[in-house]
Amino acid sequence: MSAIDPSLRYRRREQGLMLLLASPAVIVIVALVVLPVGWLMGQSFYDGGFTLEHYKRIFSEDIYWRSFLLTFRIAFTVTVLTLILGYPVAYAAAHARRPWDMLILSFVILPFWTSVLVRAYAWLVLLQRTGVANQVLERFGLISDPLALVHNELGTVIATVHILLPFMVLPLYSTMQKIPRDLMLAGASLGGGPLHTFLRVFLPLSLPGVVAGLTLVFVLTLGFYITPELLGGGRTIMISMVVSRNVELYNQWGAASAIGVVLLVCVLAIFMLVGRVIPLDKMLGQK
Amino acid sequence: MALMSTVPAFAAEQMLFVSQGGAYQKAQTIAILDPAAKKLGITINQDSVPDAWPIMRSQVATGKPTWDVVDVATNFCLRGGEQGIVEKLDFSKIPNAAAMPAEYRSDYSVAYEFYSSVMGYSLKKFPDAATAPKTWADFWDVKKFPGRRSLRNHPLATLEAALMADGVAPDQLYPLDVDRAFKKLEEIKPNITVWWTSGAQSAQLLNDGEVDMVMAWNGRISALVKEGAKVTYTYNQGILQSTSLCVLKGAPNLPTAIKFLNEAVDPVHQANLPMQIDYGPANPKAYDTGVIPAARVAELPSAPANAKAQALMSYAWWTSADGEAAEKRWLAFTQK
Repeated sequence: MSAIDPSLRYRRREQGLMLLLASPAVIVIVALVVLPVGWLMGQSFYDGGFTLEHYKRIFSEDIYWRSFLLTFRIAFTVTVLTLILGYPVAYAAAHARRPWDMLILSFVILPFWTSVLVRAYAWLVLLQRTGVANQVLERFGLISDPLALVHNELGTVIATVHILLPFMVLPLYSTMQKIPRDLMLAGASLGGGPLHTFLRVFLPLSLPGVVAGLTLVFVLTLGFYITPELLGGGRTIMISMVVSRNVELYNQWGAASAIGVVLLVCVLAIFMLVGRVIPLDKMLGQK
Repeated sequence: MALMSTVPAFAAEQMLFVSQGGAYQKAQTIAILDPAAKKLGITINQDSVPDAWPIMRSQVATGKPTWDVVDVATNFCLRGGEQGIVEKLDFSKIPNAAAMPAEYRSDYSVAYEFYSSVMGYSLKKFPDAATAPKTWADFWDVKKFPGRRSLRNHPLATLEAALMADGVAPDQLYPLDVDRAFKKLEEIKPNITVWWTSGAQSAQLLNDGEVDMVMAWNGRISALVKEGAKVTYTYNQGILQSTSLCVLKGAPNLPTAIKFLNEAVDPVHQANLPMQIDYGPANPKAYDTGVIPAARVAELPSAPANAKAQALMSYAWWTSADGEAAEKRWLAFTQK
């Protein structure tokens, strides 16, 4: 007689089956993500042989840290702005009755179906000197000279916030939707005013959505390329643009991929630091 | 057998030609590629890519390139030659090109078509031709010519314009005095509204009145003129630039590619190109074929009268160590 507990055997078999089912996805990820990224990382140390030249360049030339700084600054600004703009929208959607919640969400998702390029040009039409925004402001006598709303960092931030807003609203909405209404009622019944119950009950419970949204928006902004290229006026040089320039300018992929490696390390470092201060995994409800 | 003789496509000779796509590649197909294929009895397969250089490199690196002939900005042909990515050409097999001016070809490239970086401006802002800006010195003179300006976000042609603004004669530019050019650029920098990155953007900026003066490619501004926009441009002190044809090292159909190269710069095919698009033929003999009407000749960047008013870009200088150093310096300049 076998000593193995039949339920354990069953569980093992189930695990094996799950692994089997997941294997196509794992193979795809290894082939299309892990291997190329690994290869690019390898290239960053390669120039006919092992070299640190690509990294030396990054740490010795001003342009790199300037672009890194600008990129992180824009990412931070965009993340904060999407949170400020996105939280009330998600709150409204989570509390609205049908069909209003669907309507709000569809307005959030609709721009998704338009390409980033088209949206960048749309912002150009709105924000440029002869654009709609400046014309309206001038019509009402609020300004005498057109404002420089685009072809700079401001224009880049405005358009990036617009593009990334859904990535903030959707995780917030899905978290808020799961917060039981009874908790707010309970808070109110214990004498808490609306603001008090919001701050003490709703807000903390919505934090996993906030963290997910912040993470998504921050990381996505770091890689923005088309938006700063079209709306930044040639002065807003984000790190992705430096990557593309290095592909063109140097004869090794490593000159470009080393930037990617440094960016990756920076991002991981930031998340580790943030993780020290805020227990992210607990907030995301994983442990 | 009868079928084979009437259908030249049956001949086994094929090759792959790569250009930049869009209206430009369509124009070539009508003016050059289809007629050349018919005349040579070969099949020319086409591909297009906006930025061919990294792909040229990786194709040759694999040891099995699939491209044969590439139409690309001339500096990439030269750089490719230096790095062993592009085949050295035997001009005895390319008689049409051998007859072209020496500065239109190199060991690795044959000029294919010309365009020009010119000064365009708004006719609303400068309606009177007598008081309109005419030189790069005028473009730099923000007191005499107030208005918003845009330059290309790239050192090529921009450094040349800066030096001309500083008084260097168009035929005395090379080797470029890079320090002097950047110093002159610092001067105009606060007055540059946008450093444009795509040709479409340069046209849009001028058309929408976002800027009053712009350095742009002639074809972009002439397209606006045709649409009725109140803009114009001058070839005076323009910077004459070219794309060239080059053959990838180890191209799968090398002999066919060389045959095509010769046919592509045939004066008649070349003369047909400007009948399709606002680019000038690279073979000056095209102007002697009688194919291009005189009024059209006057509009083309490489027409003898226009070429005389311009500076011819030295791609050899731009691919030299000094040129590459200048290119690397650009980002630091725009960033600060």
